[in-house]
Amino acid sequence: MSELMFEKGVISHIKGPVVIAEGLRGAKIREVVLVGEERLIGEIVRIEGDRATIQVYEPTGGLKAGEPVERTGEPLSAELGPGLLGQVLDGLGRPLEAIAVEAGGPFITRGIKVPTLPRDKKWHFTPVIKKGDDLEPGDVIGTVPEGAITHKVMLPPNYGRVKVLDVVPEGDYTVEEVIATVEYAGTKVDLKMYHKWPVRNPRPFNLKLAPVELLVTGQRVIDTFFPIVKGGTSAIPGGFGTGKTVTLHQVSKWADADVVVYVGCGERGNEMTDLLHTFPKLVDPKTGKPLLERSVLIANTSNMPVPAREASIFIGVTYAEYFRDMGLHVVLTADSTSRWAEALRELSSRLEEIPSERGFPAYLPDFIASFYERAGRVYVKGRRDEVGSVAIIGAVSPSGGDLNEPVTQHTMRYVGAFWALDKNLAFKRHFPAINWLRSFSKYTEGLREWWIKNTGHDMMAYREKAMDILQRASSLEEVARVVGEAALSDENRLILLAADLIKEGFLVQNAYHEVDTYCSPKKQALLLKTLVEFYERARPMIDAGVPISRIHEMKSLGTLRRLKFIPEEEFEKAVEEAVAQLESEISSLIAEVR
Amino acid sequence: MSIYGMTYRGIDQVKGPLVIMRGVPGVAYEEVVRIFSEDGREWMGQVLEAGKDKVVIQVLGDTEGLESNAIVKFTGSTLKLPVSDEMLGRVFNGAGEPIDGGPPIRAEDWRDINGAPINPAKRDYPDEFVETGLSAIDGMLSLVRGQKLPIFSEAGLPHNHVAAQIARQAIVPGKSERFAIVFAAIGLKYDDVLFFRRQFEEFGALSRSILFLNLANDPVIERITTPRVALTAAEYLAFDLGMDVLVIVTDMTNYCEALRELSSAREEVPSRKGYPGYMYSDLASIYERAGRIIGRPGSITFMPILTMPGGDLTHPIPDLTGYITEGQIFLDLDLHNRGIYPPINVLPSLSRLMKDGIGPGKTREDHKEVSDQLYAAYSQGSKARELVQIVGEAGLSPRERRYLEFARRFEREFVAQGFKERRNIEETLEIAWDLLAMLPESELTRISDKTLEKYHPRRRRERAVAR
Ligand SMILES: Nc1ncnc2c1ncn2[C@@H]1O[C@H](COP(=O)(O)OP(=O)(O)OP(=O)(O)O)[C@@H](O)[C@H]1O
Ligand SMILES: Nc1ncnc2c1ncn2[C@@H]1O[C@H](COP(=O)(O)OP(=O)(O)O)[C@@H](O)[C@H]1O
Ligand SMILES: [Mg+2]
Ligand SMILES: [Mg+2]
Repeated sequence: MSELMFEKGVISHIKGPVVIAEGLRGAKIREVVLVGEERLIGEIVRIEGDRATIQVYEPTGGLKAGEPVERTGEPLSAELGPGLLGQVLDGLGRPLEAIAVEAGGPFITRGIKVPTLPRDKKWHFTPVIKKGDDLEPGDVIGTVPEGAITHKVMLPPNYGRVKVLDVVPEGDYTVEEVIATVEYAGTKVDLKMYHKWPVRNPRPFNLKLAPVELLVTGQRVIDTFFPIVKGGTSAIPGGFGTGKTVTLHQVSKWADADVVVYVGCGERGNEMTDLLHTFPKLVDPKTGKPLLERSVLIANTSNMPVPAREASIFIGVTYAEYFRDMGLHVVLTADSTSRWAEALRELSSRLEEIPSERGFPAYLPDFIASFYERAGRVYVKGRRDEVGSVAIIGAVSPSGGDLNEPVTQHTMRYVGAFWALDKNLAFKRHFPAINWLRSFSKYTEGLREWWIKNTGHDMMAYREKAMDILQRASSLEEVARVVGEAALSDENRLILLAADLIKEGFLVQNAYHEVDTYCSPKKQALLLKTLVEFYERARPMIDAGVPISRIHEMKSLGTLRRLKFIPEEEFEKAVEEAVAQLESEISSLIAEVR
Repeated sequence: MSIYGMTYRGIDQVKGPLVIMRGVPGVAYEEVVRIFSEDGREWMGQVLEAGKDKVVIQVLGDTEGLESNAIVKFTGSTLKLPVSDEMLGRVFNGAGEPIDGGPPIRAEDWRDINGAPINPAKRDYPDEFVETGLSAIDGMLSLVRGQKLPIFSEAGLPHNHVAAQIARQAIVPGKSERFAIVFAAIGLKYDDVLFFRRQFEEFGALSRSILFLNLANDPVIERITTPRVALTAAEYLAFDLGMDVLVIVTDMTNYCEALRELSSAREEVPSRKGYPGYMYSDLASIYERAGRIIGRPGSITFMPILTMPGGDLTHPIPDLTGYITEGQIFLDLDLHNRGIYPPINVLPSLSRLMKDGIGPGKTREDHKEVSDQLYAAYSQGSKARELVQIVGEAGLSPRERRYLEFARRFEREFVAQGFKERRNIEETLEIAWDLLAMLPESELTRISDKTLEKYHPRRRRERAVAR
């Protein structure tokens, strides 16, 4: 329809992914255009008179000046409706499986047009409205069971109040079938189960709320030390191999969210394949369904066209908001936001804009802010008291591993939690390599009640004790680096030992160990309590004159360090035994020196 | 090259490797161009900018002698390589032309040297353990078939030996395979090339190898095409002919420097240290061609070698590479100076795909835990070694002294081995257990009780005595 309405333009210049076209009268900035005979997808990024500068989302090799450019009249949009869950999409929202069918092989070719939502699949739709009802934006029209959730089909937010003229009976429908007819601003409008939403526009909600509920990730150093909440934001910066991707994979697997959107932005193909292999096999304990059924995966890998990286982040967050609008808790993980920022830089430099720090455009901070600002816990749109949330966790890949670079620094200002990865921890395989002295979370204090209510433990008190031991150990290590550990007093060396116990026994968490990969808040609390109490229990040995070397050789230390590997069901009992073993060893050591 | 194409006489400007023409309509972005001078010399180039008014061509080779009345022929096609199994045993230059005096290749197909991205949904996850026979790699940085695992080195270190030893010894246990080697030299000295040739010859792989050579005195600009041409050949062998291909490309640092040179000739805004901002994406378009594909038998295992300028891991070349590849093997000058071959420092090294390539049914059930424990213990030992510099050995606690001794033995007994020595994974893990047995069991926290019970040498001895 739209093709007939607009005049065609003509390509006048091609330079990489940037194409200049003439004759696109009336075109708007951010409008999607189809470039060349192959109708490659592009977006207008600049307009001067009837000359438009277009960033093309597909490789431009072979394009010639003189080829046509068509307008679509629409901004870059996401298709929202049943059929998103379980999909693997490229940076423009095209299903990779469908691309493979169209391309006739395993390599991605150009000019492929496939819709995000399957057109032939029938969904079981149950209406909750009837003829004559009034609807407001966000109101539920009907529901569809989909994967791990109940999908709510809602009146899109860009409508006003409407009157229902007709609605289909409960039954199986495709997304292209009309499920309701409404009167909107004096005209009859057909509604389907899906609608389109411009990806760069945040979806509206009724009210933003303070985030207060822990987003349980099952990762001890995160939940206990640097937590993120439902609707919160976090960044995880680190050099290569420090554990960004594994951490994001872990959070995507174990977070107690209803829906997970994973955006692989400019990273490795095999990492997406890894998710594709594991997600169907892992079961979400909450629903008993495969994790893939609560997930949307977006794969715009490093070898795929760079401009689509920029789009992929916005597409992902639009999906996340859509599920939030159903009253669900959503986690969006993005690996890596640096590749997205670099895509901006590349485009900016091709547009010959004046570069700011390290060649990044001056609007980089605004872009980063506009992304993280789409997180939040809200009262959703519509006339119901439902709360939904989007939490955003972004990996940052600083060049040279140096956190003093623009993307890390700007990101730091907009996030509530900051998980600073440490190369030296990674080198000794202390994973997750989250540095406990350089990371922060603004949500910690607000969670004291949560821990007491949900685990019966004042976890924040244990956390403070543990932090105190870790901090004291860190200053002692500075000293030991100069004089040697042997020159420290036994009292101080006990602190080093206590800190080591917390590191090995609590902070280190092996993502690939069948038990250790996930740790419930209850287990975290009891484990940390046991480990911080070691110091108090062991202190009397020093006073009694037990040499530190004997303390180091205590068998119960090994037991304490390995407690984390005990499955949840046997855990309490194992703790009791470990403590008993420890206490008996302590008393016999003290008895020996007396 | 096709006969079809528009031909023009006259160019407007030559600027370094760039040729600018005006008023030539219908030129396609990235199409290949042939340029002929009146005295019969010939150049190849590629369209960098295609405009109604202005066309910019990047010329491969030295532009010296290019005059304004040269004849420019637009071929209408992007850069393509003729591929066929006849390439095996042959030698080509960085543009893919035979340089061994043999006949031209009868092409089964012509392939765009830039390839096309593998659809992530069609990748097969690499999880087959490759036994290289080198303990440091097999034990702690396991390579899997279809992985891209670079060697990070420095000038003067034996990276060539390490790569050649891997090429010679690597097998997938329990599988017979159709194995091939694609070797690409970028800006290398001839003696390095000769070294690899001799090695391949010695273990009878020359007839199953394809060599692409861009030597130190060959055109810098062809360093841009060399790895692409090599990977195009590798893709054909792997995904059309079903072969398991090991691609060795050395030295990627020369590639990156050529990229920088080109970028500065194009007057682009540089990123760190003068390298272009798109170097990450450019390198990714090369490295991501490694892998396996669902439903196709072959694989591309990619082992690029790069030298870190000044041994600096944070230099843009190793930095961007590490962000793309599936780990890195780090060669260490200090270990080399202490006479350790291969001088692999395992601490900054990593194999990201190790987790799915090892374990019961693949290597051994204790492999992962042993590896984790070796890392933890060796890093303690290295810390103790640093301390010795300051306080002397006498200043160490008994525990630190034990770790120091562990590190020494680890380097001499586990990491070090002969250039012709091949250890299987059992042997590698046995050495590892011997070393771990030096430490008190309470220190072996990365190893579960179950594994300790089954594999710890002391427990095994006790069991033997009991019987
Ligand atoms: N099997 C081995 N055992 C011990 N040392 C070795 C072995 N093989 C090579 N070396 C030593 O390693 C060093 C480097 O070898 P190689 O010839 O690969 O590097 P190079 O050509 O000097 O390095 P570059 O090309 O980076 O300048 C040499 O000193 C060589 O003697
Ligand atoms: N929690 C963890 N448990 C075990 N291994 C880990 C963990 N986190 C990271 N690793 C190891 O570190 C490697 C690099 O992690 P990755 O997340 O890919 O790093 P990055 O994304 O920062 O480059 C992984 O391949 C894995 O071997
Ligand atoms: Mg990563
Ligand atoms: Mg040499």
